Order: sequence, then structure tokens, then C-alpha cells
Amino acid sequence: MFRNQYDTDVTTWSPAGRLFQVEYAMEAVKQGSAAIGLRSNTHAVLACVNKANSELSSHQRKIFKVDDHIGVAIAGLTADGRVLSRYMRSECINYGYTYESPLPVGRLVVQLADKAQVCTQRSWKRPYGVGLLVAGLDESGAHLYYNCPSGNYFEYQAFAIGSRSQAAKTYLERKFEKFPESSRDELIKDALFAIRETLQGEKLTSSVCTVAVVGVGEAFNILDQATVQALINEFEISSEEAPAAATAAEEAAGDAAADQGGAAAEEEAAPMDI
Amino acid sequence: MTKEHANWSPYDNNGGTCVAIAGADYCVIAADTRMSTGYSILTRDYSKISKLADKSFMASSGFQADVKALQKVLSSRHLIYQHQHNKQMSCPAMAQLLSNTLYYKRFFPYYAFNVLGGLDSEGKGCVFTYDAVGSYERVGYSAQGSGATLITPFLDNQLKSPSPLLLPAKDAVTPLSEAEAVDLVKTCFSSATERDIYTGDSVEIIILNANGVRRETEQLRKD
Repeated sequence: MFRNQYDTDVTTWSPAGRLFQVEYAMEAVKQGSAAIGLRSNTHAVLACVNKANSELSSHQRKIFKVDDHIGVAIAGLTADGRVLSRYMRSECINYGYTYESPLPVGRLVVQLADKAQVCTQRSWKRPYGVGLLVAGLDESGAHLYYNCPSGNYFEYQAFAIGSRSQAAKTYLERKFEKFPESSRDELIKDALFAIRETLQGEKLTSSVCTVAVVGVGEAFNILDQATVQALINEFEISSEEAPAAATAAEEAAGDAAADQGGAAAEEEAAPMDI
Repeated sequence: MTKEHANWSPYDNNGGTCVAIAGADYCVIAADTRMSTGYSILTRDYSKISKLADKSFMASSGFQADVKALQKVLSSRHLIYQHQHNKQMSCPAMAQLLSNTLYYKRFFPYYAFNVLGGLDSEGKGCVFTYDAVGSYERVGYSAQGSGATLITPFLDNQLKSPSPLLLPAKDAVTPLSEAEAVDLVKTCFSSATERDIYTGDSVEIIILNANGVRRETEQLRKD
């Protein structure tokens, strides 16, 4: 994507039928640090890489609790993410007030997508520069959705966004078929492995990542650092070793599985068409 | 030229009595479970007590539809607070929120007579008493509702709390033990039940202390 005469306003189409400002907003998501999500039939796990600007500053919060049954991980402009989280919390509270029951995740992501769409069709606004992985539980089980700045949203078994997310996606694509029946702990383990893939050799410790879980009988909660470190140690995920022997057998069975997870769009095609 | 008055009122009084007593390290909040309208009983088993936060319970008599709406508003506001501050609201903070919420509807009030009870940030018992439009005060004990006029003089006799105008400032909490306070509350309700037709059936008692929350129910006269 190079600078051209059709990319100044979000309300200007290019001759090829693209809205460049929206695509640039999706680039902002790719620049953010990685966030991944995966789900089974009963649980959903979110994990993200926490990169601090400098040793002196604290890590940016990228995972937010929206309600007892919904949480969100963001990648991109975290300020936009914070504002959208506040909107999501507000929607959940209002729904709960009116209907005395939890807002179904599918309804929330549609509202979020509609809100994002508005910013793609007003000349005085700009698209939100943040991608959201929404993990939640409703009557039909656990769900994982991805909301992008274009106003599109998709449901996933597992997905990764942000910088070097392709490495995580490749790992998830190998494993996703067994996720529906995975236990809570197996899901967390896979999440941590996926995060490790995005670190490209850097050591995985609980200080660089955050993990959150929601599931049947478990309200959305962010795991504390000690718990995460204990899990990392237990699964021996810290360094770039080959995964444990148990998973090696599965890998031998099948290689590139069908791409049900995030299909990486070709660079030249309009990304919104996925 | 007399003004014509409405023959419909948005309010109704569902009766009932609420009491709260603050102790050195506990708080007792109690309310009867009778809900009535006029001279009829709607149900003998209705809770007037609501948990607003880990350490704040509100007992409200008056118009229960307004009470329910008030409880929901406070509950939602507490959720927002938790999202923003990552912790539960303290009882004094909730007390101020309740006052502001009530005054917000100064010109179409919640017909609710509230008593807020809980533990403050030091772990001491605190009781706040309100009128319908949000005027409130921290006290050592309080009663609201149809039986309040019968119970308050009795509590004054047993627990007289020092006036907040006295110097040096004296502790508002009662020196009674938790068990003694619970017993006192049961006595209050049995006595009020005798003479107030709107109070009776059973009393729900919530005891809040450092170990958590305990709930007791005591049967009262059903007539």
C-alpha cells in the first residue's frame, strides 16, 4: 500500500473500490503487540504480549474485563481500545439492568461492529485503530470473535492479531481441531505456546505476557503473574524447544490443516473482503 | 376555588420496618418480610434487604417498586465503579452515592426509606439513615418504616448514641457484643409486630463482620 490521491478522507473511494483510510487503520492493528484468543466448547482464553515502552514505565493493559461473562483483548491504538471497552461495559450494564440477564456475546459484537462502521462513513471521524478479540460465554457455549476497524467481525475457534501474529496463527492452525474438546488447562497451555511463537526466541516469562480465562462456572478473570509463571514452568515453555512428546504425535498425523482460522489476506486484495 | 386533585397516585406504601445497628467490628441490618397494601397482605416472604457491595447492605421500606428500581440503579453504578477502580465501593462511598441518587429525583422522589449498614474501611460497623430525598447521617443505630416510631424510642433507651454535635467526637458505635445486638433486634421486631399491623410474619437479619456475612430468620406473629 503506497501513498496515493484517494487516501486522504475516509469517505473517498479509490477507483478500485477501496477505502484506504480503513485499510490504514487495519495496518495500525498489525503494528500493535500480539494478542491471541482461542476457545473450546466451554472455555475461552485470551493472551497477549505486554511490551513496555521503557524499563521505567509500566506495561500497557491490553486485556479488559467487560462483564462476568465477557472479556476483550486489544491490539493497535490502546487508547481507542480503552474507549471501546468502556462502551462495551456500559452496554453490558444497561442490558443487565433492563433484562436482568447477561448480554449475549454475539449481540455485543454486532453493536461494536456497527459502532466501528459509523467511523468509516463520516468525513469528520476516523476509524478506530484497534482490533478486538472478544471472548465470552453465553447460553450456546464459549465464543471468540474478532472485531476489526472496518466494522467487520468474524467468529473464530482461535485467532491472533498484532505484530508477528502470523507465527501464532501457524501454531494455532496446527492445533485448532482439538480445541473444542480441550480442557481449560490445555487451552491455557496452547495459548502460552502461541504467545511464545510471537516472541521469536525471546524468553517467555509471566512479565511479558498476560493471560485471561472465561468459562462455564468461571467468571472472566485475568490470571495473576505467579499463576502464569507456574504454568509456564510446568509446561516448560520458556525457551525455543520443540513442544513436548505428547503433542509431537499429533503434529506427525497432519500438517497444514484447513484454514478455518484467520486466513491471511493477500497484500493487494482489499482486506475487508474476507 | 379549591384545586382539583388527582384521583391516581404514582405511589403506594407497602409497609414494613427496617433496623440497623453498628457495632465495634460488626453491623446488624434487619427488616421484616411482610409486604402489604392498604389493609391487605401481598406476601409474607419478601426481602427488603439488598447487598449493594461486599461491605454494604441496604434495607428499605416504603414503596417496593421504587425500592427495587433504586437497588438496580445502585447495583449498576457499583459495577461501573468496580470497572473503573478495580475494587469494591466502601460503605461511606456507597452512602454518598445513595444520597446523590435519591436527591437526583428530588422532584419525583423514590418513595423509599432507607437504612444503609456495613463496615467502614477500618472494619468498624457503620449505619447511615436517610429520608426519601437523600438527607443522610452516620449514626450508631436507626429504624425506618411503619414500625420506626415504636422501635426508635426503645433503641434510644438501650443504645443512646452520643450527639454528633458533642466535642470531643464520640464513637457512634455501640459497645454491645454481636450476639447481644442480634438479640436486641429480635426484641425490637417482636415488640413492633405487636402494635404495628404492617410489621410481622418474619424478620430477616443480616450480620456483617470481618469473617463475612451471616443471615438469620426469626418468625414473627402473622396477624
